[in-house]
Formats: sequence, structure tokens, C-alpha cells
Amino acid sequence: MSRLQGVFESLQARGRKGLIPYITAGDPHPRHTVQLMHALVRGGADVLELGVPFSDPMADGPVIQLACERALAHGTSLRQVLGMVEEFRRTDRDTPVVLMGYLNPIEAYGKAEFARRAREAGVDGVLVVDMPAEEAPDIAPLFRNEGLDCIFLLAPTSCAGRIDLIARQASGYLYYVSLKGVTGAATLDVTDVAARLAEIRRHTRLPLAVGFGIRDAQSAAAVGRVADAVVVGSALVAQIERHRDEPAALPELLTQQLGAMRAALDKS
Amino acid sequence: MNEQTLPDARGHFGPYGGRFVAETLMEPLRQLEEAYNRLKQDAAFRAEFDQDLAHYVGRPSPLYPAERLSRNWGGAQVYLKREDLNHTGAHKINNTVGQALLAKHLGKTRIIAETGAGQHGVASATVAARLGLECVVYMGSEDVERQSPNVYRMKLLGARVVPVTSGTRTLKDAMNEALRDWVTNVDNTFYIIGTVAGPHPYPMLVRDFNSVVGREVLQQSQQMLGRLPDALVACVGGGSNAIGLFHPMLAHTGVKMYGVEAGGLGLATGQHAAPLSAGKPGVLHGNRTYNMEDENGQILGTHSISAGLDYPGVGPEHSWLKDSGRVTYVSITDDEALAAFHELTRTEGIIPALESAHAVAYARKLAPQMGRDQAMVVNLSGRGDKDIFTIAKREGIELGILPTHQSSPTGQSK
Repeated sequence: MSRLQGVFESLQARGRKGLIPYITAGDPHPRHTVQLMHALVRGGADVLELGVPFSDPMADGPVIQLACERALAHGTSLRQVLGMVEEFRRTDRDTPVVLMGYLNPIEAYGKAEFARRAREAGVDGVLVVDMPAEEAPDIAPLFRNEGLDCIFLLAPTSCAGRIDLIARQASGYLYYVSLKGVTGAATLDVTDVAARLAEIRRHTRLPLAVGFGIRDAQSAAAVGRVADAVVVGSALVAQIERHRDEPAALPELLTQQLGAMRAALDKS
Repeated sequence: MNEQTLPDARGHFGPYGGRFVAETLMEPLRQLEEAYNRLKQDAAFRAEFDQDLAHYVGRPSPLYPAERLSRNWGGAQVYLKREDLNHTGAHKINNTVGQALLAKHLGKTRIIAETGAGQHGVASATVAARLGLECVVYMGSEDVERQSPNVYRMKLLGARVVPVTSGTRTLKDAMNEALRDWVTNVDNTFYIIGTVAGPHPYPMLVRDFNSVVGREVLQQSQQMLGRLPDALVACVGGGSNAIGLFHPMLAHTGVKMYGVEAGGLGLATGQHAAPLSAGKPGVLHGNRTYNMEDENGQILGTHSISAGLDYPGVGPEHSWLKDSGRVTYVSITDDEALAAFHELTRTEGIIPALESAHAVAYARKLAPQMGRDQAMVVNLSGRGDKDIFTIAKREGIELGILPTHQSSPTGQSK
């Protein structure tokens, strides 16, 4: 059983919802990332999504774009990101880590080599934002052969045929994008999300995580009532941006911020 | 593989092309592809497009025998395909007229576009004005500064120009921002991509709309020469004017084709925009193609004197044509392009766009290697009015955009 599968089964058994924070690796500086990952676990993270910075993050809003720019200004490379996961794993063997990013840095690294190194470093899953199911057949098997889960996005525009196509190739969980837009966009409509999740569940038994537009405890709790897990990214990255010049304060701030969402999620 | 039948059903040109976008855009792209495949067979749609090309764009554009230039260069007879004479001054309008018709048929009320030099932005704002559609143009903040006359043109046409301050603040970042707008407003918005890049079906449909250029050259050269030309030369940024000229003649293997990239300060300096000459295959803006990137797969900033060529990627069909050897890709430096700009202006009385001047500069090298009985067609993709400020500045001449009433002590307006 993969670490991700284990976490979702345990959540379900305890009747709890998953909390999946996202931060961009290397932001505000590569030397802080591992500390911040541990801080998120202390705040109640069930799974970590670690962003691999890319120069042209076309699906991300301004908050994560700037995080990518900060990380790249310090030369954060995919090789370094794998090193961060390896370091994290020395003291945390339980929390699954999903790398989220764009295809080009992975191709530049070498797809097969990346898959092998990711597994060795302790990565559990990979979400490649600009690799839809149609373009995945060349790459996804390389990930699966190394035991990495392939996480795919589903969107409000995904029709029934696409949901099937995507669910067949996915493992770990499915990431439902709650709105038409980029990361960190305005508001999400929980009633609409609930209806879409119900439709998706007719096609798959994979856990459904919902992201884009979850910014605080209240929205996390609302989405938690209909999803198996909630993903929160831009709200955390905005916190990192505000305190980028006082990195020593960041771990505690993130622990508190995520902790408030954890508490709301567990109450709902 | 037959080059004329590409892309395949999944939008691939050999290993290139495809549809590498986030899930939200997959279904809208599929709908666009379906609508385009239906409409391109539709006689009424084609008649409407042809009508617009004839009476709005002003086609066919002339194939002009540049006799003085040919004599000076001492080799092949040089013909200029005069896309600079189109409405709005470049080949870009062929594509925007076509995509605007698609937008109309899809019932979209809002047009967005990205632009580098501003030519595609102007061409998009133009068709939006004509159809009464809202228009938003994304433009790198650096380009907004260096192409201010085009920014003003777009505003006159009723478009909103949004300066993009992320990344390198040029064309690639404008394209990222336009994609972000599209993913957010996909229900009512049509994204008019300006070049043969982006996710499938854009490289195919932008090529098809620009292929009128090559089809006209086929006819015109038969009429004027009684045969096809021996060589075609066109500049390549994203590559839409080049593919428009090349594509209808790909099957005619006797016609040699040369795509001219922006060599900037020289390929060895790294300060250029020549992914086919000095880049490697990767994925950017929804397609797999040659890109300029570092060893970690991060996209590099580019340099060219010509804003329209200042792009780190290139249309995927060009990547395929490079690998297959059908087209030869070369590069021309800023200085060579500038020299060709002046030479064409003085010799033939035609002020070319700096983009097109790259093609002219390569033609100057190629012509003497060819016989006098041979013919070469150079795609003069745009006119140079937009560039006179860039050139004046580079040559240390100060032009006041808006003349002031008071003169400075030296007598020059500031």
C-alpha cells in the first residue's frame, strides 16, 4: 500500500478529512523549506504538496508566481527540491509528500532519472500541472514503475468522458480544481463543488481533494463537508511572502495558520 | 510522414506540438478544435473569410520584383511578398480575421490576445472593434515602453492594454497572463493566439489562416515566372508568417526554404532569440517544441532588437520541419538586420519591419550564391513604421513622439 493510500484509508476509518498544504520549495530561501515542511505537519497536515518552482507557471495566480520567482532567484533546482524531501524524510517517515509543478523541469532532469531519484528521496506522488491525461502515457508509467502515485487535476469543465479517462490513470487521490481560474483566485461555490464531486464519485473510488480558492478556516470547513481533503496553497504562500524577511518567525506562523484550518475541519 | 497532413489527431507534429495545459482548458480546447474542423469545411464560413481577406485586409498582397536589390546583390532575382501592405501593416491580420470569425460563430463576446511588438495586439483590437467585441491585450511592461505607438493604436481601437510585470516582462509573460485570463473567463472569452504556438489546435489553425500567403505566391509565381520560386525566406519568431509562406509549398521539394531566427548579439553570447539554432526541445505554453532554457529546464530571457521575434519558443511545426530537414533554419544578428533595414529602405523605397529585416538580411547572403536565372521570394511580413523610434534611439537620434511647443536650448524638442 502506498503511503498516500494508507493516509486516506486511516482518515476515512477515523471519519476525518484530509488537510493538504502547499508551499513552493525554495521560498523564501531554499534553506528554510524543510523547516517549513515540518511546521506544516505540526499544524495538522496529512499530506504535503511541495511546489517545484518554474519560470512560467501559467496555471498559477500572482501569489505563487512570485513565490516561484523568489525561489528561482536563489537558484532552486529540481535536484535541490529532491534533496529537501530527502532531508525531510530523515525525521518524518509518515507524512506523504507530493511534488507539484510543470513538465519542463522534469524533462530537463530526465523523466526516468527523476522518477528513480524521487522514489529514493522519499517522494510519494507527482502532480504535473501541464500534463493532462492525454499527454501522460509516455511519462506516467515511469512514475508508476517507481511506486510514485500520479495525481491528476479535474476541473469544472471536465466532462464525463474526461473524468473516466483521468480516473483510469490516477492513483493516490484526485485533485478537483474548485473554480475556473488560477491558484489563489476569488471565491468558490460550495454547492456547485458538492454537485460536481457527487458526479465525479460516480466514476471513481479515489479520494477527492479540492483546491483553488480555499483561504481560511471557514472555507476549509465548508469544503471539508463535501470533499475527502482540502488543499490550501496561496493563503500560506501569501503568509510566507509577508514575512519573507523574518524567516525565523515563519514556522510558528504557518503552524498556527494551518492549525486553525485543522481545528475548523475537524469540527465540521 | 507526410508533412502536409500534420498535425495528427492529437495535435502532434512528430514528437512536437500537443496540448500541455492544465485540465480546465482541455475541454474548451477540444470544443475549439471541433468547431474549427467543422467550420473549415463549411462553404459559407470560407466565403466569409475570403470576403474579409479581399475587402478588409486588401488581399491578394503583391509579389514585387525588387529589381534594384537583385542587381545590387548580383545573384537570384528577389521577389518581396508584400504582407506589409495589408490592413494594419503586417501578416498578423490574416489570422485575427480568421479567429474573430471563429469567435463570432462560437458566440463569444470577449476577445483576449497577447502581444510582443504590438502588431498582433493591434490586429486583434482591430477585428474586435469591427465586430463590437470587448478586447483585452496583454503586453509585457518592457514592450509597452518600447512600442508605445502601438499601445496608443490599440487604445484608439477601444482595447484595454494590460502591462504584464511578471517574469521577464516580455512576450512569453504576456502569453502566460493571457492563458490565466482565459482559464478564468473561458465561458465568454475567445483567446486569439498570435502565432503558430500554444496548445493544439492553435498551431494548426493559425497556420491555416496564414497559408493564404503561400497559396498566393504559388499562383503569382506561376503567372510571373511560369514556375515556382527556387527559394523562400522568412523570419521566425513564433513562426506564423514563415509557416504561412512555407506550408502550401512543402510538397514541392524543389523549393528550398529558409527560416531566419533572431541572432541578437550573436549566438555565442547567449543574447538572442534563436531556439531552433541554439535551443533544445521542451514544453512551454502548451506545446512541445524547441525552447531556450537553462540546464534546469527554466525558460531563459531572450534578446532581439525586434520585439516581435523576442520569444524563447517557436511553433512546434517548425521544430518538426527542422528535424525533418525540409526547412533550413539560420540566424541573423541585430546589426545585420539593421543594415538590411536601411538597405531595403534606400534601395526600393520600402521600410520593412525589423522582424522582416531579418529575412531580408539572410536573403542578401543567399542571393549571390544563387544563379541569375533563379528566383527567391522573401516574406516582407510587416512594415517598419512601428520601428522608427527604436532605430532612431539606437542611432542616437531623438524623436519627439508628441512635438512640444517649447524648444530646448539645443533646438531639439525633448
